[in-house]
Amino acid sequence: MSEQTDFEPKILAFLCNWCSYAGADLAGVSRLQMPSNIRNIRVMCSGRIKPLFLVKAWLGGADGILMAGCHPGDCHYTTGNFKARRKFTLTKKVFESLGLDSNRIRLSWISASEGPRYQQVMTEFTENMKKAGENPTKSEIFL
Amino acid sequence: MTETLRIEKSVEDGVLHLLRHLLESQKVGAVFALKRLSENKAGNAMEYSLITNVDALDDSSALFPIMPRNAGGLLAQLTQKGEVPDPVAIFVRPCELRALVELAKRNRANLKNLFIISSTCGGVFPTKMMINGELKKNISGYWDALKKNKIPKNIKSTCKGCEEFIPYNSDMTVMVLGRNDNQMECHISLNSTKAQDFAEGTEGKITDQKSPSDVFEKIRKIHTEEKQRQYKEIGVGSLDMDELVKVFGKCISCHGCRTVCPICYCELCSFGIQNSRYNLSEKELKRKGAIRIPPETTLYHMTRLLHVSISCVGCGSCEDICPADIPLSTLFKKVGGDVQDAFHYLPGKDIDEEIPLKTFELDEYAEVED
Repeated sequence: MSEQTDFEPKILAFLCNWCSYAGADLAGVSRLQMPSNIRNIRVMCSGRIKPLFLVKAWLGGADGILMAGCHPGDCHYTTGNFKARRKFTLTKKVFESLGLDSNRIRLSWISASEGPRYQQVMTEFTENMKKAGENPTKSEIFL
Repeated sequence: MTETLRIEKSVEDGVLHLLRHLLESQKVGAVFALKRLSENKAGNAMEYSLITNVDALDDSSALFPIMPRNAGGLLAQLTQKGEVPDPVAIFVRPCELRALVELAKRNRANLKNLFIISSTCGGVFPTKMMINGELKKNISGYWDALKKNKIPKNIKSTCKGCEEFIPYNSDMTVMVLGRNDNQMECHISLNSTKAQDFAEGTEGKITDQKSPSDVFEKIRKIHTEEKQRQYKEIGVGSLDMDELVKVFGKCISCHGCRTVCPICYCELCSFGIQNSRYNLSEKELKRKGAIRIPPETTLYHMTRLLHVSISCVGCGSCEDICPADIPLSTLFKKVGGDVQDAFHYLPGKDIDEEIPLKTFELDEYAEVED
């Protein structure tokens, strides 16, 4: 684990098209200050995000992986985010059960009108990942 | 109190008598059970077979402690396209039955027309032992150990730590555990009206018996202790990156575990066929300086954990087949157990219960959100 202070984590964010991506857009349009460590991927619904996406990103060396969608009850497709929550719980449980650092994956609900919340989540998550240090999978040869 | 059929034969002969009776009286059209393939110097080879001829039952041995493949998966292959036309009596172990029920929930198997006979299970030997002849030396010790409510020596590690040795959803249950008169008497509990009907005409007498639940508790306690010991030995639950790689890095990507796993049923697997191209990224190679070929073994196993853990019945077929001796069954049991606990779900227990990932509640798991 690197303790260097200039370590900049790479954060991958899966955002749902209808809420979180619009929220990110709003944050950008509102010119809110945010760390530039985030790479956004737009998906149509948080329910589309397979647990496999998270694991693949983690093994590929992403320092933090965020999954974001509409608040429960607000899903554009009615129930997608409820299913997403169950899938996320499963992923988190598998990480914990093996003894891996499950704080590298995070689930947040961000609505289309919550630009400031997007800013807050991203800043907080980046800070946490900075503290957590580099993802050990980055240099692992035998993955 | 459950109605129990008592046959004055050894438990193995009693089961054979029952199966023979079912076939002869044409209550079922076929029997699905283990049948001896050959006996030579190398040992006994037992394979699952679908038997319609009474004479062919002679060298079948339903209770023989071996599980060449998980029968749940095999029966799913048999019934996937629709129910079997004639009633078939199947003799399966509790974990195989649970796998079958899990597959039926996913429309991968059809339980209609299947008459399910199962047994309280003392565990099975690794399939390798059947092939290399080691089994012959251990088989007598197996029944002695069960008589004393102990874990038989050299059985599969997953069986040593198995807590679900009593079958769910079976029509008939052969009582093997917690009895010391298995050589003389065969007790079969009748759990459905169909079973009571089918039991008529056998040599046995029907009596009311209490199931020895206190003995089961005692056995379960021994198994739980053994399970915890296995977890500690492998260190699952506190694996860091290095150890995780040590465990999964041994994998040679043969994908045998995927093939034998009853729950791994996808027709299109994310990991494709064996000779699929490597997803190598040049950037990654440059950054790391070296990369193992075939790559993505950890991804493969973690994907399997994510897909299977919710329905993993802990049959240990994966570990049985693994040429690299990865302690898969222990890993899957630990992760599966934790996941199933989190969703309050026991795979294969209740056929009407939905798979947790197919359903949801409006207000739950707030602790995972941030």
